[in-house]
This record gives sequence, structure tokens and C-alpha cells, in this order.
Amino acid sequence: MQTDTTPATGSNMVALVLAWIWVGIPLLWGLSITVRNAGALFAK
Amino acid sequence: MPPAALCIHLCIGQAYAFSVFNKPMSQLIGITDHVPGDWSIPDLGWIFSLAIVCLGLSAAFLGRWVEAVGPRKAMFAAACLFCGGLIVAGGGVAIHNLPIVYLGYGVIGGCGLGIGYISPVSTLIKWFPDRPGLATGTAIMGFGGGALIGAPLAVTLIKDYSSATYVGVAPTMVTMGILYFIYMVVGALIVRVPAPGWKPAGYVIPTTPQKLVTTRNVLRNEAVKTPQFWLLWGVLFLNVTAGIGVLGQASLMIQEMFGVTVAAAAGFVGLLSIFNMLGRVFWASSSDYLGRKNTYFIFFALGAVLYALVPTFGHLQAIVLFVLAYGIILSMYGGGFATVPAYLRDLFGTAEVGAIHGVLLTAWAAAGVAGPVLVNYIREYQINHGVAKADAYSVTMYIMAVLLVVGFICNYLVTPVKEQFYATNLQEAAL
Repeated sequence: MQTDTTPATGSNMVALVLAWIWVGIPLLWGLSITVRNAGALFAK
Repeated sequence: MPPAALCIHLCIGQAYAFSVFNKPMSQLIGITDHVPGDWSIPDLGWIFSLAIVCLGLSAAFLGRWVEAVGPRKAMFAAACLFCGGLIVAGGGVAIHNLPIVYLGYGVIGGCGLGIGYISPVSTLIKWFPDRPGLATGTAIMGFGGGALIGAPLAVTLIKDYSSATYVGVAPTMVTMGILYFIYMVVGALIVRVPAPGWKPAGYVIPTTPQKLVTTRNVLRNEAVKTPQFWLLWGVLFLNVTAGIGVLGQASLMIQEMFGVTVAAAAGFVGLLSIFNMLGRVFWASSSDYLGRKNTYFIFFALGAVLYALVPTFGHLQAIVLFVLAYGIILSMYGGGFATVPAYLRDLFGTAEVGAIHGVLLTAWAAAGVAGPVLVNYIREYQINHGVAKADAYSVTMYIMAVLLVVGFICNYLVTPVKEQFYATNLQEAAL
């Protein structure tokens, strides 16, 4: 497999944004559940 | 490059959430309770320890291979091993055979962890020569955050697959193996390496030498002969030992010290994961300005003070201060992981930083066994000698503070590498 050697510029920026969305969605899902659970810690 | 690194690290960071499998795996026969013939919790604890040991060993022995083949092949190999390991472990659970689970998640998955962990590090340092700490912190942040996805995903899947007569661990592991494989392969496909000599616009390579930042290179085989390498090994070992033992006990500890519910304890563990994750990017990027050595001085000095104060916060029942203290401690635990590649790059150059980092991760493997054993043994010893459960953690915390003082001394002793260890022009040209 050839590894690309070019930074993301121009039209590649669209791919970069899509990559961040791909990474971000599961992370935000996990974060929201964790924050909800953490609320129980101080709810006394 | 950062999203590609995060794709890998957010998946392999699931290892930090492996404990969510422990209880259901200890009730595969009894379904609602542990019965004779079910696997015991201590036996299950070895799965995680084995995975961490294999992580360290594979990173050490395959670091040079990762450097040679580049991040894309390494990330793909990591995806095959880590996800394949999950699927094999799922098979072991399905036929109730613990050695297969050890082989699957511990050995095969552990090798995937090691290769995946180091695969993006040197590439990121080469993409961001002006901010190496920020670069590695962003990647390794994913490993700290892996539990944020891995824990709720496993809990949700186990619940969905379980029935009144069946605990759905095996299909959960297989499903996670498939999902993570897709996620990781995307990371392998989008990764890019910089062209030789690439540098960011406007970046000028510093010509004024800094005391602890070299512009030359030390190769892996020479680096392991330097006292600096072993001092950093000690720094990482002590920082990780102090954090990892407590991380594994966090849920039980807050329940016994403050009498909170299981759900609230899970919230505490989740908060620690967030601090662990954010600490990686915060401390590593701060180290670009503070310097690596000063950053570790902060970790060890502040960490020792906080560990010494934690028992007092427990006695005062000051839960906010307790959570805050542990949050800061765990941020520095994560920060220690994320800053060390940049520290290595400063001392040994960029040429084989990935391979050197791989060998250094044996400190993590050692701490992965030493930390939990230390915390568990001291706790058991005290409880057996009549100390109340709520007070049984105090001595452990004071010992952790002492470990961090030793780490402070190791960091203090780090000096620039001697001339004899640097690669010659001929050796560098051969790379």
C-alpha cells in the first residue's frame, strides 16, 4: 500500500472534515453518556 | 493525520474499559450470580494485565518494523490483530475456555495494542516539527478517550444480546471486533506521511541549540545504552504505576470511602477518563512551551502533594475536592504518556523515535503488573489486619506519593546525551 505524502489542502479539506466527523460522532456519543453518569456523583 | 491517529487510538483505548466485561464474564454459567464453575474475578484480571504486557513487548520488538513499513501498514496490522483478538476472545467466551480468551484478547489483541499505539507517533512528530508535544498529545488523547466509547458500547451491546438464560458477552466481543475493524481501517486509509524535508509554512528549524533538545539523531540500539533512556524508563514506570493501580480501583474506592451508589461510582470512573484524555493533549501541548523536563517536574511534585492530601479529603468527606484531586492526578497520568514521545524526540532526535518509544513502553508493561498488585496487596493486607475498608487506601496513597518523589529524582538526573551515542552521517544516510 502506498502512503500519501501530501498535506490536506484544497479539495482534500473536504475529506479532512469528513474524517473529523467520522472520529467525532462516536466520541461525542460516549462523552454525553459519561457526563450523564457523572451527574449522579454529585446529586446527593 | 490527527483523525487517522485518533481512529486507531480511540479503538485500542477500549482496553481501559475492559473491566466492564469482568462481572458478566464471571456469571456466564450462573447468569445472575457467580456459581462454582464460573470464572473468578482474579483470573479474569489477568486478561488486561496480559494485554498490557504484550502491548509493551510488541511495541519494543516491532518498533523498528513499524518505522520501516510506515504507519499505513502498521495501522492495518494493528486493526487485524486487535479486532481479530476481540473475535477470538469472543469465541473463547462462547465455548467457556479461558486460555482462548487469554490468547485472543491478551496476546493477539495485546500485540495489536502495541503496534497501534506506536504507529502514528513518529509520523505525527514529523508532520508537526514545531509542536511535537501537541502532535503526540492529540494522538495519544485517543487512547485515554477509548474507554468513553468502549465502556458504554460494551454495556449497551451486552444488555441487548443478553436474555434470561444467556449472558451476551461473546456476541458483544465479536460485534465490537467488527465495528472497531471498520473504524480502524478508515484510519489506515486516510493516514499520510510528510514528504522528506517537509516543514510547516513559516517554520524555521532552530539553529540555536537548546540544552535538552538535539538536532541530531541517536539510533535505537545506541539509545538503549544511554542512562537518559533508563532514567526516562523510570520516569514513565513510576508515573504509570502511581496512576494505573488507582485507576483499576477507582470505582470500589469511592464507594467504600464515600458510600456512593454504583451508578455514581461509574460516573467517577467516567470523569477520570475525561481528565485522563484531556490531560494528554493539555500537558503534552503545554510541554512545548514549558519544556519536557519542567512538565515532568510538575507531574511529580503536584502529584505527590495531591496523593498526600487525598486521605485527608476522604476523612473530611470532601467529595468535590477528592474528585478534583484525582482528576488532576489522572490528567498528569495521561500527560505522562503523551509527553514522553516528545521528550524522547528532544533527547534522541526524530530518526528512530518510534522504535525508541516502543522499547520505552516496556515500562508501561511492568507498571501494568506492578501498579494493581501494589494497590491490591496493600489494601488486602490492611483489611486483614483490622483496618476499616474506608481507611485502607490511606497507606497506598502515601506510598504513591513516595513513588512520585523517586520519579522526580529520576527526572532531575536527565541530562543531554553524550556525543559518543549520536549516529554518524553514514549511519543516518543508511536509514
